[in-house]
Amino acid sequence: MSQLPILQDGGAGAPVDQLPEPTEAEVRAIREELSGLSGDAYWERLEALSETGPFRRFLARWFPSQAERLRDGVERRDFLRIMGASLAMAGMGACTRQPKETIVPFARTPEYLIPGKPRYFATAFPTGRDALGILVESHMNRPTKVEGNPNHPTSLGSTDAFAQAALLGLYDPDRSQSVLLAGEISTFDDFQTAFRTQLDEAQANAGAGMALLLSDTTSPTVALLLEVLRSRMPRLAIHHWSALHRDAEREAALRLFGRDVEERFDLARARVIAAIDSDPLAFGPGNVRHARDFAAGRKPSSGGMSRLYAIESTDTLTGAAADHRIGCKPSVVEAVVRFLAAELGVDVEVPELDAERTAFARALAADLRSAGSAAVLIGGDSLSADARLLIHRIHAALGCVGTTVEYVEPTTPWQDGAVEAIRSLAGSIRAGEVRTLLILGGNPVYDAPADLDFRSALLDVPFRAHLSTIVDETSELCHWHLPEAHFLESWGDARSLEGSYSILQPLIAPLYGGRSVLELLASLAGEGDSSAYDLVRATWMRRTGLEGREFETLWATSLNDGLVHGAREEAVAVRPRSGVTVTGTFPTTFRGYELSFRADASTLDGSFANNGWLQEAPRPLTRLTWGNAVLMAPMTAEAIGVENGDVVRVSKGERSLEGPVWITPTHPEGSITLHLGYGRTKGGSIANGVGFDAYRLRTGDASWTADGFEIERTGRSEEMASVQDHASMEGRDLVRVTTFDRFKKNPHGTEEHGGEHGEEELSFFPDYEYNGYAWGMVIDLNACIGCSACMVACQSENNIPIVGKTEVARGRELHWIRIDRYFGDEEDGAEVLHQPIPCMHCEKAPCELVCPVGATVHGPEGLNEMVYNRCVGTRYCANNCPYKVRRFNFFKYSDYETESLKLANNPDVTVRSRGVMEKCTYCVQRINHARIQAKEEDRRIADGEAMSACMQVCPTQAIAFGDINDHGSLVAEQRKDPRHYALLEELGTEPRTTYLARVTNPNPSLGKA
Amino acid sequence: MIAPGHSLGSVTDKISSIVLRRTTPRGWFIGLGIGLLLVGVLLTAIAELLFKGVGIWGLNNPVGWGFAIINFVWWIGIGHAGTLISAILLLFRQEWRTSINRFAEAMTIFAVMCAGLFPLLHVGRPWLAYWLLPYPNTMALWPQFRSPLLWDVFAVSTYATVSLLFWYIGLIPDFATLRDRAKAKPFKVIYGMLALGWRGAARHWERYETAYLLLAGLATPLVVSVHTVVSFDFAVGIIPGWHATIMPPYFVAGAIYSGFAMVMTLAIPMRKAFGLEDFITLRHLENMAKVILATGLIVAYGYTMEAFFAWYSANPFESSMMSGRMFGHYAWAYWLLIACNIVTPQLLWIKKVRTSVGALFVLALVVNIGMWLERFVIVVTSLSNDFLPSAWDTYAGTRWDWMLYIGTIGLFLTLLFLFIRFLPMISIFEMRTMVPGTSKKEDA
Repeated sequence: MSQLPILQDGGAGAPVDQLPEPTEAEVRAIREELSGLSGDAYWERLEALSETGPFRRFLARWFPSQAERLRDGVERRDFLRIMGASLAMAGMGACTRQPKETIVPFARTPEYLIPGKPRYFATAFPTGRDALGILVESHMNRPTKVEGNPNHPTSLGSTDAFAQAALLGLYDPDRSQSVLLAGEISTFDDFQTAFRTQLDEAQANAGAGMALLLSDTTSPTVALLLEVLRSRMPRLAIHHWSALHRDAEREAALRLFGRDVEERFDLARARVIAAIDSDPLAFGPGNVRHARDFAAGRKPSSGGMSRLYAIESTDTLTGAAADHRIGCKPSVVEAVVRFLAAELGVDVEVPELDAERTAFARALAADLRSAGSAAVLIGGDSLSADARLLIHRIHAALGCVGTTVEYVEPTTPWQDGAVEAIRSLAGSIRAGEVRTLLILGGNPVYDAPADLDFRSALLDVPFRAHLSTIVDETSELCHWHLPEAHFLESWGDARSLEGSYSILQPLIAPLYGGRSVLELLASLAGEGDSSAYDLVRATWMRRTGLEGREFETLWATSLNDGLVHGAREEAVAVRPRSGVTVTGTFPTTFRGYELSFRADASTLDGSFANNGWLQEAPRPLTRLTWGNAVLMAPMTAEAIGVENGDVVRVSKGERSLEGPVWITPTHPEGSITLHLGYGRTKGGSIANGVGFDAYRLRTGDASWTADGFEIERTGRSEEMASVQDHASMEGRDLVRVTTFDRFKKNPHGTEEHGGEHGEEELSFFPDYEYNGYAWGMVIDLNACIGCSACMVACQSENNIPIVGKTEVARGRELHWIRIDRYFGDEEDGAEVLHQPIPCMHCEKAPCELVCPVGATVHGPEGLNEMVYNRCVGTRYCANNCPYKVRRFNFFKYSDYETESLKLANNPDVTVRSRGVMEKCTYCVQRINHARIQAKEEDRRIADGEAMSACMQVCPTQAIAFGDINDHGSLVAEQRKDPRHYALLEELGTEPRTTYLARVTNPNPSLGKA
Repeated sequence: MIAPGHSLGSVTDKISSIVLRRTTPRGWFIGLGIGLLLVGVLLTAIAELLFKGVGIWGLNNPVGWGFAIINFVWWIGIGHAGTLISAILLLFRQEWRTSINRFAEAMTIFAVMCAGLFPLLHVGRPWLAYWLLPYPNTMALWPQFRSPLLWDVFAVSTYATVSLLFWYIGLIPDFATLRDRAKAKPFKVIYGMLALGWRGAARHWERYETAYLLLAGLATPLVVSVHTVVSFDFAVGIIPGWHATIMPPYFVAGAIYSGFAMVMTLAIPMRKAFGLEDFITLRHLENMAKVILATGLIVAYGYTMEAFFAWYSANPFESSMMSGRMFGHYAWAYWLLIACNIVTPQLLWIKKVRTSVGALFVLALVVNIGMWLERFVIVVTSLSNDFLPSAWDTYAGTRWDWMLYIGTIGLFLTLLFLFIRFLPMISIFEMRTMVPGTSKKEDA
């Protein structure tokens, strides 16, 4: 074959590069010839083909240089040998194509952006009248978890449940995604154009005809912008409304001091604390820090114990934590305050009290007097201005101003009270004075006082626009709806009640192009060209007077630390004016039932109503999820003739509502409590139709308490989704309680049960050996206040789905850590007992034994590990768990569809599907993160490096997690505490999660102890 | 043992004619129709279950097992009578067993089939249920041998296999009879294949007797072992109400109790419908009633001991569980169970009741219900009421739970109706030995 005859046909010996192109049919024929062949047959066929004209021409067309070589008989075989494979696969013309989508090659990755390695950014969580310093965990530039900022005095590393759940708010699939004009999709540009004519007209009249309605904010930049607006347009009406307002505190301060000030408390220094119709540990400004300081003041093993009294018209977590708690109708709470004031030397008429309350108030007064400057009284927002004023005078009389109480400038920039403000807005709308209304945040149609009928007033405004995150009740009635940016998406700043200032930095660009209040105010003030970033910087340049490099340093450190250094708000000195007396006459007779309105532990005022994590987090005292209830005492319920779940009608005049009853044994008789924030109609898919709307009964004059209500049965009843049906411990020593006196006499009193302390447990099974780490957890029941922050933190950290009301009612909630609540005997002063229950990670775990496929196994460091892949779902392990901490995916609960919710997931934790058991893992992903770091540095994991999510978030530091093999660790230390005990230790499960008994500090003169 | 007046030929005619006659009674079609309808219900319930998950049942967090496990134990228990009758009574030479053994064995197999469905379906991911089997795999993963659920797999599969073999071996001579008597070609062929070339030669009979005896020996421990292992599911657990050493004997007694009740429930209508009063005589029924009475007393002893342990142990969890059972949310179930399983069967002391077919039928039904309630009480009340009161919750079956349960009854009925139409429901050759003067045993 030295001659190549094939070249004669068609090729005619022409140089290869001049051969004519093969036709498409020929190429196809070549491909067909080779298709389906393999092995020897393939090669033989290819060789035969290579001798044909079309193939030569084909080869010449695509591989001229190789065709040239093919002419050379000597090298042809070599060539075939070498190139055969590539000819076949790639060379047969353009057999393969690039994908039609644009693909982007790897070029370079941003610095610090390491997949799998999260970064943390400091910012602050604005909560209306306060701000909480937080760190936000960011995985590949998407925020996945909120943590407290250890450097920030409001947080010290902890947060409450709301801050945890704020992350879900960012990814809420119901968030509004575009500007709407009368329900049709529009743009911010269109809005600006439309608004411009309104603004021009208003500006021509110094702002007349235009009104703003804001909600509470502590942002200095917003305050500055409002000042600019006031000076540019003096007749511009700036109103504000927040349902959880402090009007009474403001009024009391104005009357007594002649100026508005707010109280800030130092509970760490307080020895006697009286919470008067307030819930300082759970709600309102400073709650996280209050909880931390309160717990710090109650360390029976190492320090002293403060004493907490609670006088309250509804059940609160503070009351549950109190050594002495007394429930009174709202009117009686007022009377108790007067009685106390009179006892402590304030000139006030002494009201009549029953014997129990008289004794209580006398003992409290005596205790407060002896504590002197280490006493503190914390009045709630729901108290009357008179009561708040009296509390100021009691503080002055006790000399605690400057130690436990300080007065600071109000955090909000308002010049009038909230009710006053919204009332005047409604009035001016009705008077036809408002032609343009810009509602920046908030949801007044839903939460404004019922007597204002804000809904109908709003409809009279010719141009109305609403900025909000969800197209809600108010947006529905406005011409324009503007999507609001989440605080994790926007630049801003905030002040906390505590006095510190923070810069809010965005973690992510606005997901749906939303704008913040600050940005809209800026464009209104003619600063539309400057970005929010520039405005915030300008504010702080002005406030600090720094420039250039000095300012840049401050800015960088402030952003890094989450706190503007050197900008703490100092206490102001105020002097009570003399001659101010309590003006209101004390009402002696009340008609009908009294009623308390309260912020809700899950929805707050309704603004968190669309947050599934919070809706499903049981309300700490009722253990209800997904809805509110008409709370009442057993006696009241008996009088009305209702049981849990029976729907009653609560009415006064024309206003009425219907809601299901829930009976709590600690609720004062003769009054009921309604929690705000439910019954939303346009709140989003989670919020809509959950619970009833208590705002319908709430008027401007009676924002917090009201009387004269009638309650009647409707005969219907509703299913309530309670996560705990049984509130008694049945005489079992699950939550162990002792008093401080008994503890001092016998510290080990709560320790023994059955077997002697330190005695080896008898077991047929050999012990495991732990030469490396041995993880363990100790939960201090004396510190736990039952706030649920750990439950929501765990949900966020571990991608725990929500299951919905029906499933919770069936008993299928998925929380990995729950907080059991029992009603105890009053002997120890502890009426309400909380007990967080995560997985116990037993040494002799009953679950491990019974799994037929080995899907739950004992880890080398003592973790009881769940292997989701291996689980077939027999549920035997859950049945055999004495602590009932195992949770089963009865359905496919995890959301695999909603794009935005996928972003909220922690990439380090598996998303579980249907039919699989799950439970607390001790945050094994965090242990492993710490392990990688420690291994890189060739050392052991240090104490506190691997923190479970519940430990990290806990406001009272009730949870300690760590290596019990490390004798210096916090958890090892706490296991030596005399209060240490194991839950159900008689079962021999040898749990790794153990408890410290609760210690109460009752007042001996109250005789309960 | 057999009514007078029967010859070898008449016995064979009588029994084989049920299978071989051309016309099928209308009642059979109605019965099969109901069975098939319920099988439809079963398939619907299974489809819904596979599509959505076990969440369609009433299970919740403390109560992780419900109808599925109750029904599993109930069906397995029912299956027990078959083995007992065929194996143990054979070894004890209780000849009266002959007329009911075939039929009890069939019942056993069908009951085990129904029972076997539940563990497969009750797991969260049924498509992975084969992971419970120790099969070689690339990941070198084995089941966890300490788990009683795994022992269940072995116990139940062994039991099913041995029962099936026993039944089939016993059928071989009868298959041959049917082969010889069948008129239609297809039946000749099918029965012929099933008869495995049986010619009735002496050597055949000799080997047959040996094999049958050996299998009986093999099956005997199974009567005790299967329900013992099933009871371990509970006894090995730590839950008050489960964790008791009395469980194995009490479960075995309960199983025999319910098994005989079910045999009676089925035998009474069947002997009536097919005119088999001569073969399944009152004496048979009375003997079965005596077994029911005896095992019922053992079960009653078990209930008493459970309550006694709860009190005598002074274990607060046990006593709380027991008082919860007796006076709590499920008190109705407990007392109904006592009424069904302890009180009513005492009527069997009376000879008149033991020999009244109607009364026996009602009593057998009552015992069947009682035994289902027993499993309900054990599974549900123990789980709903354990160590931490905060976790207590109640359970109730949903319509899907009931559909699956009723569906398996349908499957059972369907198989049973097919069995009585196509296979001899009474052992022909063994009945022949009962004809006076022919029994080899009598000769011996």
